[in-house]
Amino acid sequence: MELYELTIHEMNELLKARKVSSVEAVQSCLARIEATDTRVNAFITITGDEALKAAAAADQQIAAGNIHSLTGVPLALKDIFVTKGIRTTCASKMLDNYIPPYDSTSWLKLKDCGAVMLGKLNQDEFAMGSSCENSAYGPTRNPWNSECIPGGSSGGSAAAVAAQQAIATLGTDTGGSIRQPASHCGCVGLKPTYGRVSRYGVIAYASSLDQVGPVTRDVTDAAIMLGTVAGHDPLDSTSVAMPVPDYTRSLLSDVKGMKIALPKEYFIDGLDPDVQKAMDAAIETYRKLGAEIVEITLPHTDYAVACYYLIATAEASSNLARYEGVRFGHRAAEAKNLLEMFMKSRAEGFGAEVKRRIMLGTYALSSGYYDAYYLKAQKVRTLIMQDFLKAFEGVDVILTPVAPTPAFKIGEKTSDPLQMYLSDIFTIPVNLAGTCGISVPAGISQSGLPIGLQLIGRPFGEETIIRAAYAFEQATEWQKQKAKL
Amino acid sequence: MKYQPVIGLEVHVQLKTNTKIFCGCSTQFGASPNSQTCPVCLGLPGALPVLNKKVVEYAIKAGLATNCAISPRSIFARKNYFYPDLPKGYQISQYELPICVGGHLDIDGEWGTKRIGITRIHMEEDAGKLVHSDIPGLGGGSGVDLNRACTPLLEIVSEPDIRTADEAVAYLKKLHQIVVYLGICDGNMEEGSFRCDANVSVMPVGSDKFGTRTETKNVNSFRFVKQAIEHEIERQIELIEDGGKVIQETRLFDPNTGETRSMRGKEEAHDYRYFPDPDLVPLVISNDWVEDTRLSLPELPEAKFARYQSDLGLTPYDAEVLTATRELAEYFESCLTAGAQPKMAANWAMGEVTRGLNDAGLSISDCPVTPLQLVELLQLIEKGTVSGKIAKTVFDELWQNGGTAAKIVEEKGLVQVSDTGEIEKIIDEIMAANMGQVEEYRGGKDKVFGFFVGQVMRASKGKANPAVVNELLVKKLKG
Ligand SMILES: [Zn+2]
Repeated sequence: MELYELTIHEMNELLKARKVSSVEAVQSCLARIEATDTRVNAFITITGDEALKAAAAADQQIAAGNIHSLTGVPLALKDIFVTKGIRTTCASKMLDNYIPPYDSTSWLKLKDCGAVMLGKLNQDEFAMGSSCENSAYGPTRNPWNSECIPGGSSGGSAAAVAAQQAIATLGTDTGGSIRQPASHCGCVGLKPTYGRVSRYGVIAYASSLDQVGPVTRDVTDAAIMLGTVAGHDPLDSTSVAMPVPDYTRSLLSDVKGMKIALPKEYFIDGLDPDVQKAMDAAIETYRKLGAEIVEITLPHTDYAVACYYLIATAEASSNLARYEGVRFGHRAAEAKNLLEMFMKSRAEGFGAEVKRRIMLGTYALSSGYYDAYYLKAQKVRTLIMQDFLKAFEGVDVILTPVAPTPAFKIGEKTSDPLQMYLSDIFTIPVNLAGTCGISVPAGISQSGLPIGLQLIGRPFGEETIIRAAYAFEQATEWQKQKAKL
Repeated sequence: MKYQPVIGLEVHVQLKTNTKIFCGCSTQFGASPNSQTCPVCLGLPGALPVLNKKVVEYAIKAGLATNCAISPRSIFARKNYFYPDLPKGYQISQYELPICVGGHLDIDGEWGTKRIGITRIHMEEDAGKLVHSDIPGLGGGSGVDLNRACTPLLEIVSEPDIRTADEAVAYLKKLHQIVVYLGICDGNMEEGSFRCDANVSVMPVGSDKFGTRTETKNVNSFRFVKQAIEHEIERQIELIEDGGKVIQETRLFDPNTGETRSMRGKEEAHDYRYFPDPDLVPLVISNDWVEDTRLSLPELPEAKFARYQSDLGLTPYDAEVLTATRELAEYFESCLTAGAQPKMAANWAMGEVTRGLNDAGLSISDCPVTPLQLVELLQLIEKGTVSGKIAKTVFDELWQNGGTAAKIVEEKGLVQVSDTGEIEKIIDEIMAANMGQVEEYRGGKDKVFGFFVGQVMRASKGKANPAVVNELLVKKLKG
């Protein structure tokens, strides 16, 4: 077995026992990246030299007996996390030459544990997309089938884990951007409750929806990663001052008596038969494990996608206003005056999807339309939130598919944005409600693509979904399936 | 036709906090460009604002001092527009739910007492500034200095209750006095710490429908505000009389011409697309916080003005002068604490002290004569040790070289002479030398009396007790 194939906890055992060194682990991953990334295109920037240096430092730390679960473990970050002195592009031409002067809180926390960063991962530009095709650095390919998309926007984060290039990665999830690519790539993807993890240093797409989370090989690793990055950050006013539980204590195979709910709005006729089959099997597994399966209704589900695209684009139109060529990033050459400089820089720097969403959001916030669109969407959002809170009065976990279909072909939906937007239909409500969700491998389609299962928990109910996900993982073999690259 | 102006003011008050409103950078004025910046105030990708609690406290103070209600829950909004000195492409401000609402100030003047409503007070961040010059390395281009970006401002918005430029100035002066008294603003108008936008419209007298208003931006002196408003009223009336129409626009005041001019056309009218800032949670202010802040408020000028008259027996004029600035009032009150008699302390604070400060171009916080030093001197006058005139000499000495009044009087031999024998001797000599004037006086020419007083004082080098001199002179001259 190669070192790059290990999970965090497996590698930790070996490092602790001094059977391998972090330098060896990093070398193994770098070689794997070298061998596979021309096909996958998961990385925008590879920081091999820095990684080897950090690995050597981690080895010294381990030799001194100072080891955390992540010490010396090779990780990679979505290129949306700013990293001091290391180019951070957000997959946009706009930030092609941008080198941040500071570190994001999440990366700092990982670094403090001695984790090693291999590089920065591909994504949809400014996290806008569901396929990882909207990148200034070309699309990432699904390691299970290079003709397919890996999902988005954290497509690089999921693909790197599935292609065994990095042991685990961090992504961000605004409307499903961790769970959906994790599902398409056969990984575990966790979107924590809004406010659980600091957003400081995460390049904002839609501030009220964005949340940081891990993409990993198994549920145990997700618990370890979440436990490391979670917690209050004085630099992020929206992060919540609640103690961080030890999530690894929730890794129990027991779900006896747990009430698992199936929202009827999520099991619709149009669902892909392979996905439906995987869901049926998963429900049966839980039943066998002693969970109680109940049906519920989340009545405002139908409005979630429309609501999301109003709120997310409105916030994005404002968040992306700072990219105008004045202080950093791309500046158009030969602009004749200031206004032209703003307009040309933005016209040249942003890709089509980003422009589409900025236009949408600008429109939604315009005077005369604000009440009809943005304000209405906020009201719908409240209703969706209430749907969930009401549901959680009676149940522990909500079980749904992650996506309506397995990964689709590259280019298949690029000409039809609306069709593309619908691929996040099952993940978006969780972001609107601000609660947590996890995606775990639950099947393989007839065409050989992974299918994920989504478990949704109540706000700050990460322990419960981790426990339910772990029990499922222990009872099935899906997590052991690997992409053949 | 006669016209009635309608004026509303938006005052920007830069708060005297040590750090900026959403980050820990210093707010010190005059540092080298961009030396006081961080990812947050530079608007770098990924950076997030964190509200400075001190700013909230200052806003509550301003609200309480202007009779506003403090909102238990207020919200920060984004005001979106593009400008190179605005790092994020939006300004964080308060829009729909500001921190203070519904206050008022009473202004006094030839119109009597008039109440000006205060619509709201909200908190916001300032933008940076553009520097257009031959900056080395810029090749003659423009630079952006973001030291000022993210410095905390309060915007205090009045109701359109003001009707003349003089009322506007009275309102502004009162507001200025209050924020400086509160210690939340340095009041420096030249540096832009206190500046105002004037909304002016005119309507026919008797009409209840306001005319179209213009907004004159960033006027930063009381004199300019008066000029700008007067010019704008005149311009609008002329325009309407000539059959034209006032267009709603932003105007700039030119101090060189005393006129306002259009800043941007209608076609550039902004849609700011305000919406609640998702990076900042709603601001919740407890009643306890408001009440604690209320207790920490200093006595405000209005209350002091009343108390000086009722408790200290000062004239309205004295009370007004002494309460004009918090520092002068505090100086005066320190004198009282040290045991001075109010009227005397008032006269000296308004007289010698103020004069000295003006001559030296000093502010009262730098006054070389402390209240304690002054009071010692005043007590020497009360005891009759020195005359009022000599006291001024002693005061000058204190100002120049410090020390104590008693010591100066002793060292310079300035003790007042009240010994009748000694004074009688001087009078006799002077009368003997000026028999002509003695005759004149005795012939009924009372005016000559002053001549004798002057002579005696000069001969005694000012040390003779004037009361004793008067008494003896009358007796001797009458023979
Ligand atoms: Zn700063």
